[in-house]
Amino acid sequence: MRNTKVVTLEEAIRKSGLKDGMTISFHHHFRGGDKVVNLVVAKLAEMGFKNLHLAASSLSDVHAPLIEHIKNGVITKISTSGLRGELANEISHGLMKEPVVFRSHGGRGSAIASGELHIDVAFLGASSCDELGNASGCPRSENAKSICGSLGYALPDAKYADHVVILTDDLVPYPNVPKSISSCDVDSVVVVDSVGDSSKISSGAIRDSKNPRDILLAKQAAKVIINSGYFKDGFSIQTGTGGASLAAVKYIRESMLEQGIKASFALGGITAHMVKLHEEGLIGKLVDVQSFDKVAAESIAKDQLHQEVSAVEYASADHLGSAVHALDIVILSALEVDVDFNVNVLVGSDGIIRGAVGGHPDTAEDSALSIIVCPLLRGRIPCVVPKVTTLITPGKGVDVVVTEYGIAVNPGRPEIAERLAAAGLKIVDIHDLAAKARSIIGEPDALPFGDKVVGIVMDRHGKVLDEIHNIVD
Amino acid sequence: MFVPGNNPGMMADAHIYGPDSIMLDLEDSVTMAEKDAARLLVHNALKSIDFGGTEMVVRINPLSTPYGKKDVEAVVKAGVDVIRMPKTETADEVRELEAEIIKVETELGCVGRTLIMAAIESALGVVNAYEIATASKRMMGIALGAEDYSANLKTQRTPEGSELLLARETIVVAARAAGISCFDTVYSNLDDMDTFRKEVELIKNLGFDGKSIINPRQIEVVNEVFAPTQKAIDKALRIIAAIKEAQAKGSGVIAVNGKMVDRPVVIRAERTIALAIASGILSKEEAL
Repeated sequence: MRNTKVVTLEEAIRKSGLKDGMTISFHHHFRGGDKVVNLVVAKLAEMGFKNLHLAASSLSDVHAPLIEHIKNGVITKISTSGLRGELANEISHGLMKEPVVFRSHGGRGSAIASGELHIDVAFLGASSCDELGNASGCPRSENAKSICGSLGYALPDAKYADHVVILTDDLVPYPNVPKSISSCDVDSVVVVDSVGDSSKISSGAIRDSKNPRDILLAKQAAKVIINSGYFKDGFSIQTGTGGASLAAVKYIRESMLEQGIKASFALGGITAHMVKLHEEGLIGKLVDVQSFDKVAAESIAKDQLHQEVSAVEYASADHLGSAVHALDIVILSALEVDVDFNVNVLVGSDGIIRGAVGGHPDTAEDSALSIIVCPLLRGRIPCVVPKVTTLITPGKGVDVVVTEYGIAVNPGRPEIAERLAAAGLKIVDIHDLAAKARSIIGEPDALPFGDKVVGIVMDRHGKVLDEIHNIVD
Repeated sequence: MFVPGNNPGMMADAHIYGPDSIMLDLEDSVTMAEKDAARLLVHNALKSIDFGGTEMVVRINPLSTPYGKKDVEAVVKAGVDVIRMPKTETADEVRELEAEIIKVETELGCVGRTLIMAAIESALGVVNAYEIATASKRMMGIALGAEDYSANLKTQRTPEGSELLLARETIVVAARAAGISCFDTVYSNLDDMDTFRKEVELIKNLGFDGKSIINPRQIEVVNEVFAPTQKAIDKALRIIAAIKEAQAKGSGVIAVNGKMVDRPVVIRAERTIALAIASGILSKEEAL
């Protein structure tokens, strides 16, 4: 190759012009197996950088080493969709001076596109890349180690960051096509031993939940969908990856076969369940911002009707062309739902951050029918509460809440309540669900929040929605 | 549905799956070391958990063990609907249990409230099935416990269940002769729903009123098998309506579609309606 962008990580960082105080970004397509964030930030620390703003599409348990970099002043600000594990625990207790800024996937895409979230240098892991920077989450050689499929969350970064560095563990001959990230957007390519632990990036085969409560919730959710008025030929759907969500797909499939109904597309995080329905001809196209498992990652590599979309194309509120505007039905989970149908998917009932905003507010707001599936109780923790600990998805976008003790419908959607009741489903007032939870587990003590703001939740339109305070032990 | 008496989470949740009856177990699913703790737990569960109106049964330890009488006291005081006596072999054992129940009920001032279900789990129990079924007015049903029974017969369980045939038929006949209910044994392989379904079909045809289950996933299969067809429900509803009409007119002769309706037809129609309600395909309002 006459021209090559391949350099060492240190050279790439020097070439990028990164300075103290700037913003660096990462994607989370390697999920719990990600090695890119820790590798890059360790190098930045070694090179003496300070006061950096880390803007990731999400962070998880594996990013606990960031705690030391925060303590040492390498990272002083974080923007993300989610936080989990020890890092989340420390931040919840007040580790950082500046609050973490939480955005939805669509909100992050919009913020990057509008310049509100300006990225100086993006460090983006790729499963395969050529010497000029054409990068993909799909395997392109026998050496492919870390397959993640769609790179949808990395695409806004690649497009809008001032400088883009691709990290890959599989450098392949030019041209690496089809590509997710174009060589024209890439400045440097760094070859590393491993961008991710494949066993933690995605699971293999479909495992159906055998948890009776999941099955009960799934059946109820499927009945809601089938009788909602939106279950007709050409409908579109998005589901989560929880046991109940995945099990619901199975029951929806049975009704699709029985009634001869086909879906036009499935959106979002694509799972093996959706791939199976697509391959059976029950779902026309798969619109994939994140491939959740190996089957989905393999499908996007070979199937023309299984297409990658960027976070902006997926869920931006600013673009009427984003996919959520065409979405009919979404099944979502929740840590808490309150009597105003507000949902919290981020902060646990112990006040500690333990989740991700994800596409929750995006899909809830713009879909025609949003269904929250959540048990009334998780052990001794009530999930239907008078008021959510942290507001993530405003109740006006939430239509139906399915629990094992009954189904609550947002009073703003009386027509849905009527259709479900006519189908013989047990519709209950959400206040009664909250009261039922209280009657079983009693009144929980108030959480010991401090005065320090450790997190700010932005809504998908760029406004502050809620604040998260530090938790005091 | 069997629920271990030492698992609070399972106890609290059991009714959401819609079993007709929940049986909290103090016997085989609880180890010796946990008998006292489980008894206390079951007592408090019965008193404090809202089981949504589901019939509550507790399987106690045999009265011959140090735990049996304490179990009776704890669950009767907590207001249990039915006590299931394990390993019942003679009518005297039922009467002994009844005496224990009366003792506690007298103390509480509510004599006659607690019913008895006897599990028959041995050859002697099968031979005495009718005497057991008629040993007390409190007897609401008899049930087969197949594991102990097949061990007692010196054989083992088979998928087709030929070793249980005599016991099953004897229990159904004894229950019918005594005018009480009868329930079949559990099927423990949760991964083999096909064989489970065949077994439920078999015992339904033998005449059992229901099947004991060990997991909520089995409820749907039992309901499906026991559910009457829509045609049968419609016919039963017409018969019941005709009876009501005849009663209103004071007419002794009932006819549906030009055919005389006699007593067995009425009984079968009532049973069809009851099963349709239990299977969730007919609401109580629709049945009225």
